[in-house]
Amino acid sequence: MKSTNLPPELAELRDQIKGYAEGFGLDCFETIFEMVPSDAINSLAAQEGFPVRYPHWRFGMNYDQYSKGYEWGLQKIYEMVINTNPSYAYLMTANSFVDQKTVMAHVYGHVDFFKNNYWFSKTNRKMLDTMANHAVRVRRYMDEYGQDEVENFIDICLSLDNLIDPHLPFHEAKQPKTESEKTASRQNDGRMKVDRQYMDKYINPPEYLEEQKQKRAAANKQEKKFPSHPERDVMFFLMTHGPLQDWQRDVLRMIRDESYYFLPQMQTKIMNEGWASYWHSEIMTKKALRDSEIIDFADHHAGVLTMQPGRINPYKIGIELFRDIEDRWNKGRFGKEYEDCTNLQERAKWDKKLGHGRQKIFEVRKVCNDVTFIDEYITPDFIDRHKLYTYEFNKRTGQYEIVDRNFKSVKEKLLSSLTNQGHPNISIVDGNFENRGELYLFHRYLGVDLDLKYARETMRSIYTIWTRPVHIETEVDGRKRIFTYTAKHEFIAKD
Amino acid sequence: MIDGSRRDHARFRQIIRGKIKQDLKKYIQHSEMFGRKGKDVVTIPMPQIDIPRFRFGSNQGGVGQGDGQPGDPVPGQGDPNQPGEGQQAGKDPGEHDLEVEFTLEELAEILGEELELPNIEPRGQKTLKSRVDKYTSIASQGPNSLRHFKRTFKEALKRQIATGTYNPDKPVIIPIKKDLRYRSWKSDVKHENSAVIIYMMDVSGSMGDEQKEIVRTETFWINTWLKSQYKGVEARYIIHDATAKEVDEDTFFRTRESGGTLISSAYKLCEHIINQDYPPDDWNIYPFHFSDGDNWSTEDTKICIDLLKSSLLSKVNNFCYGQVDSRYGSGQFYKDLTEVFGQESELVTLSRIENKDGILQSIKDFLGKGK
Repeated sequence: MKSTNLPPELAELRDQIKGYAEGFGLDCFETIFEMVPSDAINSLAAQEGFPVRYPHWRFGMNYDQYSKGYEWGLQKIYEMVINTNPSYAYLMTANSFVDQKTVMAHVYGHVDFFKNNYWFSKTNRKMLDTMANHAVRVRRYMDEYGQDEVENFIDICLSLDNLIDPHLPFHEAKQPKTESEKTASRQNDGRMKVDRQYMDKYINPPEYLEEQKQKRAAANKQEKKFPSHPERDVMFFLMTHGPLQDWQRDVLRMIRDESYYFLPQMQTKIMNEGWASYWHSEIMTKKALRDSEIIDFADHHAGVLTMQPGRINPYKIGIELFRDIEDRWNKGRFGKEYEDCTNLQERAKWDKKLGHGRQKIFEVRKVCNDVTFIDEYITPDFIDRHKLYTYEFNKRTGQYEIVDRNFKSVKEKLLSSLTNQGHPNISIVDGNFENRGELYLFHRYLGVDLDLKYARETMRSIYTIWTRPVHIETEVDGRKRIFTYTAKHEFIAKD
Repeated sequence: MIDGSRRDHARFRQIIRGKIKQDLKKYIQHSEMFGRKGKDVVTIPMPQIDIPRFRFGSNQGGVGQGDGQPGDPVPGQGDPNQPGEGQQAGKDPGEHDLEVEFTLEELAEILGEELELPNIEPRGQKTLKSRVDKYTSIASQGPNSLRHFKRTFKEALKRQIATGTYNPDKPVIIPIKKDLRYRSWKSDVKHENSAVIIYMMDVSGSMGDEQKEIVRTETFWINTWLKSQYKGVEARYIIHDATAKEVDEDTFFRTRESGGTLISSAYKLCEHIINQDYPPDDWNIYPFHFSDGDNWSTEDTKICIDLLKSSLLSKVNNFCYGQVDSRYGSGQFYKDLTEVFGQESELVTLSRIENKDGILQSIKDFLGKGK
């Protein structure tokens, strides 16, 4: 497929950059570049890259902010690419030639990542169409039930869109079972298959059968619970069991599908940006850059990678960590021998001339997500070199303050901010609490309290769907507490 | 902008408008937070509207990068987050606010709807002339973007018939340069009503900063509303203690004197300005007087009332007196005026503003008459 409106010189450039990317071993979907003016790119960015979305005010709010940011010269969107097959990427018409070059190289990095990273393997690659279908359906519901009514319900669904199960796409057993599968497993009494009848009492001795029976009883008991296991996909639970009208159920389903689509992008922010930046830098500096363009390139490259004081830039951490891994595997700076070496001089000079670096980073981009990437590959050296620190909110001074630069705590803090995409881990444990049809949620507490103001509003959303009181068990200041959103729209705390 | 964005953006503005209406009292009281952008646009800061989700509280902390010792504050706090790609709301130090733009006209509309202000019925003749260009005529020259397709072909048809090159069996019409016709404008003179607001304020020692802030807020909204009702609105400013003088807007709010108070001095100057510049037949005239209600003597109050009765009231649309309560003022003047004119007077509007909370009601008092 060919890009629709790419001027010839850019089409040529694209073929060139694509050639370089493939030469380096990148493996991309067909990528279609569209030229768009700055205003359109703000619109697209406001709609998370998709040209057609359902009507919703938040896209308008995003647009307001992007276009003001652009107008005031605060920020400019250089690059946007959609994870579909073929992939779509946007080039801003006002960008200079060298910018377009850099953006193309960067985009190919992303597309390679979309295609090859494991966490993206289950995503819907026809999302462009799906989004457009969602738009059509939502518009139809709006015509039928009124814009306010539908939009309010969308707001409610959106307030739950982080309550999904990040492992669901990869968990065969968790895929919703059909009725016939369920009956099949119920009829099976746990006997092993026996070909010779006389072997039966050896293959299926009475103790074994007794054990199976107990297991089954436990499983049955579990199944009688509702839900049978703690359900992290709160959206799915409400969609299946909530007293909703058909159109509401459909809207909830759409928002959930979109949420699962965006999930891997949330899970691999650091890696994805790091990988793309690594490759634009590699392609540009080693192949594509002309002498006259070097200053502009260096300027923009530096701009993308600057660290704002006090916060970390995923582009920067990502690219540096990929480079660090490449360097370590080139020089053999890993494994027991290196770790145990206490001679600093020896360590500084350590070089086994392994040359496995490139191969290693390709492997990392295939299997890791941000959590495993940081967990596996960040080193004390890296944290020192990049001056990372942890900070915490000091209630006394009302400010965020630096706490320490200790390897363990920086790594822990970084991981905890990435765990579950930085959202609290919440599941439904009982859908018929105390046999009153009330919903009981459990927040798996990992040291950080919920924001109660937001919790209250979110519980209101759940209540609106479930129409019965909703409870949540969590901890506040180290003490277990249960909050209830009642039928009188009160928010009550119990110990 | 792609189509969907335009629709969503309009929807977003509608929601913002709703929010401002809902909290109009707060926004009116704190209109000092408004930023000016050009002549007719204000920017209003408001908290970001976001969708509630379960999220972590402020004791989360995080990882940053850069120099600094343990215990140092993390740099960059209080800065609005850069709206951009990598941004995750609430996770970085510093939350960001929305800054929404409204034209004064929109603001007046919101004010009018929420306070249920009637439109003003202007009096006097329409003397203000303004020129309006309307594209109602046709010219033989002009830019291509204004070319009148139909008229051009009509011309060509006429010419072809006249010269006998038109063949009804094969009706091909080819305009030549001479046939081209363009849309063109005609200037119309439109007559509008004009209005003048004459603000008077007591700047004697008993009017404190808080009182002046209230007056400033009131004048902002009065201006906004009247500007939406009249095409050309002029504003004049008079300050007074024992004597009165005319000043510009800036001085009006800054000046502080310590002398006594003779309200009549201001009323005399007001009358003088009207006589000199604003013939009541042509102008809608709105004098507003703000004070804390202290006057030097009952004698002077009597002069004021006489002046109002004998001259001022016959010239103005509505005479408004706003009494801003202060710790030092006796508030006597309000009582005196009420005694003479009553609460329901056609031409005199009296309002007492106890504190910032009273602003909304007093704006309603002043502008609610539709005069």
